Amino acid sequence: MAFFEVKNIYKTYAQHQALQDVSIEVKQGSVFGLLGPNGAGKTSLIRIINQITAPDSGQVLFDGRPLQRKDIQRIGYLPEERGLYKKMKVGEQAVYLAQLKGLSKADAIKKLKFWFEKFDIGAWWNKKVEELSKGMQQKVQFIVTILHDPELLIFDEPFSGFDPVNANLLKSEILEQKAKGTTIIFSTHNMASVEEICEDIALINASKKVLGGPIEEVKKQFKSDEYRLTFNGSINGMEMSLRHQYQIIENTTAADKTHIRLKVTDPSISTNNLIASVLPLGQLVAFEEVIPSMNDIFIKVVQKPQTENHE
Amino acid sequence: MSKIGVIIKREYMTRVVKKSFLIMTIIGPILMAGLMIGPAYLAKLDEEAAKDILVIDQTDVFSKYRLNNTYLTNFRLKKDSVEFDSSKVSVRRLPDSEKLRFHFLDKDISIEEGKKILNTSENYALLFIPSNFVKQPLLELYSKKEAVLGITTYLEGRLEKEIMNEKLKAKGVDPDIIETAKTELNIATKIVEEDGQEKDSYSAITMVIGIAGGLLIYFFIFMYGSQVMRGVIEEKTNRIIEVIISSVQPFQLMMGKIIGVALVGLTQFLLWVVLTFSIVTVVSNIFLDEPTQLMSAPSSSIMDGGSTVAQMPDVPSENVDAFVQEIDKFISSVNWPLILGSFLFYFLGGYLLYAALFAAIGSAVDAEADTQQFMLPVTVPLILGIVMLQTVIENPDGTVAFWFSMIPLTSPIVMMMRLPFGVPTWELAVSMGLLILAFIFFTWLSGKIYRVGILMYGKKVNYKELWKWIRYH
Repeated sequence: MAFFEVKNIYKTYAQHQALQDVSIEVKQGSVFGLLGPNGAGKTSLIRIINQITAPDSGQVLFDGRPLQRKDIQRIGYLPEERGLYKKMKVGEQAVYLAQLKGLSKADAIKKLKFWFEKFDIGAWWNKKVEELSKGMQQKVQFIVTILHDPELLIFDEPFSGFDPVNANLLKSEILEQKAKGTTIIFSTHNMASVEEICEDIALINASKKVLGGPIEEVKKQFKSDEYRLTFNGSINGMEMSLRHQYQIIENTTAADKTHIRLKVTDPSISTNNLIASVLPLGQLVAFEEVIPSMNDIFIKVVQKPQTENHE
Repeated sequence: MSKIGVIIKREYMTRVVKKSFLIMTIIGPILMAGLMIGPAYLAKLDEEAAKDILVIDQTDVFSKYRLNNTYLTNFRLKKDSVEFDSSKVSVRRLPDSEKLRFHFLDKDISIEEGKKILNTSENYALLFIPSNFVKQPLLELYSKKEAVLGITTYLEGRLEKEIMNEKLKAKGVDPDIIETAKTELNIATKIVEEDGQEKDSYSAITMVIGIAGGLLIYFFIFMYGSQVMRGVIEEKTNRIIEVIISSVQPFQLMMGKIIGVALVGLTQFLLWVVLTFSIVTVVSNIFLDEPTQLMSAPSSSIMDGGSTVAQMPDVPSENVDAFVQEIDKFISSVNWPLILGSFLFYFLGGYLLYAALFAAIGSAVDAEADTQQFMLPVTVPLILGIVMLQTVIENPDGTVAFWFSMIPLTSPIVMMMRLPFGVPTWELAVSMGLLILAFIFFTWLSGKIYRVGILMYGKKVNYKELWKWIRYH
């Protein structure tokens, strides 16, 4: 059973339909990717999950029962638009935000000391926020988000504002949280990181969920029976031998290697058949099936409805 | 601690440790103490620097019956600084004033000679009373500098009386009759209470308390209301808002801020009262030797247009005691618990009402510069309350005063002005009740706007948009 579930959510602002019949299921201890172009409705959904706004209709189930106000303590949220009080001291501010999440002052200080040391920003405790670099502010915000050991973490574009070194640090922290059994909803435009850390995804476009499920299945869905082959030296007569069952998309020769990309047009042909038919052509050094990246899938899906809209 | 308590604490603490709070806390009492001590101190200075005025009186008006021993003994002439034949100086005084001393030169001295004397002496001015003065009342006043308005006003007033007396005498009216007809009028005002008891009334001081109460409330609402607004804008532009409202409800944040700032206001007010009192006590002990005068000085100066203050240092000690008694009587005549209690109520009620509106405005804009269009309708009622000040003070039971003290947007200011004059209990109750209702209504309304506004960026918001927000569920 899903740990966290959104069922048939509708939300309309004045004239704008933000969410239409959106449902997602998040398994306990998994990382769920919430994808979609800008303005698709991701933030609206996240705000509903955080009880910042209420849906017009539909249900949000947390641990099998409808989400309640007090569940807010069990959720940690790192919004995309995030900031801190500039004039307040870092430590004081972190304690304040932790207290708002229901931690006692003493607990908050104890935990914060630990995390500040871990993230190497202990020396900044008594500095004002405006003296910190953007990256450091982001670290403080991340710490505050996870400090109260939430069971559900929601990250909205967590990597924005981080340099690659700190982005890696953050990624390993996110994975560590996952290892602890925390369920994570992860919203981003960074498809590479989605492939790296998400197990399931939902893609929202123009207020509707257009794609969803385990990432491997989604990819399989978008598999186009394409293969990439690399031969040593140049190849002759390939066009002739492959003409009937394959379609050659790309054929380039560079640095004494020939790269071929082809598509299988006859569904009855297996990978073994394909290999057998290309082996006589020359010395094969690499062979792989082309699996679409999430990036490709994203672009493909998001661009499609624009033509469908005219139907 | 509850979450709203945590918010209140932060809002309070971050403000009271600010430098600007400290500066306001110090400057406020200094200004107020200055206002209280200033008049008494200046009056004291004035007394020392009384102006000497030479007089050439070609008539007999002032010598005839004004000249008597009393005036002679009061005369203080700086002989060493004035070079002229002392045999030609006769000593008389015009009806006196503590700020002006008149030195009568001999009638025979010509005006040219008089001017010469003025220029070679340290006297302030020369007054020339021509012989046809009674028939054609035109005086000439020569001074080294531009003559102070007070002097001419004083002379006109006094001399007009003398001329009238002269004319009456010319018509054959017995000087004794004139003397007995002269009246120094004082009105002792009393309030008859419902049970028939009499109570002394002190309308001038009552007025001052009314004005002070109204102005203070106006000032506090503006000052702390706009602090709430700036706080909301800060959270919005900082983008910390979404982090916070994922932990607490927007309404909790709004109320936490409003209450926190209210406590800052009360703290500041309390500090002002304590510090002002301390400064006044200390300074009066150092600079003005008689501390009793001080507490009475500012009030009396308002009561009698300044003249009392001027005379006070010369008042014999039993008079001072009498005066202190008067003040005591006055203090006991005012219903302080009612005034102070109402002040607190209207301060809090008015502030809460307006602070909610200010919070809504702050939430609807992206920067303080955009607040203009929404500020206007909120500030107009406040300013209206102040504009009505004179009307209300002149007629505290009039229709205007009544309605403005009922309408919750102006009632905190106007009711405070009316209150010292006495307001029927039912009116006060209705006004307070309406204020509470209005506060609840506006807070509810503002909460709706706030909730949507704080998450809205980069949108030019107008009233139509606000109305839409209010109708969101």
